[in-house]
Amino acid sequence: MRELFSKKSSLLGLHVDLILLTSRIFFHMSSVLFWIFAVTMLIFGSLVVVLKNPVSSAMSLVVSFIALAAIFIMLDAFFIGIIQVLVYAGAVMVLFLFIIMLLNLREEKGRKFNIPAFVGGLGVTAFFVFFLVKLLSGFEAGKAPMPALGVENMNDAEMIGRTLFTNFTLPFQIVGVLILVATVGVVILSKRELK
Amino acid sequence: MITLNDYLLVSGLLFSIGFAGVMLRRNIIVIFMCLELMLAAANLSLVAFSRFNLVDGLPNYNGQMLVFFIITVAAAEVAVGLAIIVALYRRKQTTHVDDINSMKF
Repeated sequence: MRELFSKKSSLLGLHVDLILLTSRIFFHMSSVLFWIFAVTMLIFGSLVVVLKNPVSSAMSLVVSFIALAAIFIMLDAFFIGIIQVLVYAGAVMVLFLFIIMLLNLREEKGRKFNIPAFVGGLGVTAFFVFFLVKLLSGFEAGKAPMPALGVENMNDAEMIGRTLFTNFTLPFQIVGVLILVATVGVVILSKRELK
Repeated sequence: MITLNDYLLVSGLLFSIGFAGVMLRRNIIVIFMCLELMLAAANLSLVAFSRFNLVDGLPNYNGQMLVFFIITVAAAEVAVGLAIIVALYRRKQTTHVDDINSMKF
């Protein structure tokens, strides 16, 4: 015991211990961070459903999406994470807030509570969660830890661009046409008189 | 250590939160937001599958491509859907789904 102590207190031993400690903390850190972001995402996702005011719902959705983007980045999907922040938390949520402000929505009030619909909705959701847990507890292939990447520097955006413009050229162009159709559709829908 | 099952569980829980929102809420804009939540949950499982299924030491980018297309289509869908909601509001002066029942049999 005394020998061990004297060994540890030597400068080299302390250094090695520090490295081991930091690597262990980092190792645990990623799983702690995952649960922090996952719980944040789920809590704010629930707030979207629970809160009465649509503006608060939209704000909770933004936080939920940012936590989701953090989880994407922890899964080494940097490009998808950035796109998630830019497109969802940026553009889509601004659109939502803009429409909520435009329509001047207020809190829902004075509505009679539809109990059969409420119980039915909760029942179907509980059924879904029950079978999800049951299915995942029997899924052996999913119990392996995350495999390490086989490369030193991963160039995520380059790989996505390469895949997009080689294997997925036709879907990419179809999506372009889809966005054009959506733009024209929105302009026609927004006209004052629908003919 | 975080396994694939943890990601799938979180993704499934997020999906069921969105599903509960679609079933329980009556405000059409909140229903639309919960729809986005369900799409995001599907994206999370796709990215997790892509990361855990390595090809030559890299994530399987086919899964991330699908996420890319889902995000693009979802953005277009939000634009069209909100335009429909605005047109509906002009016509009916409500966003409450119980008041919109002219197509109900």
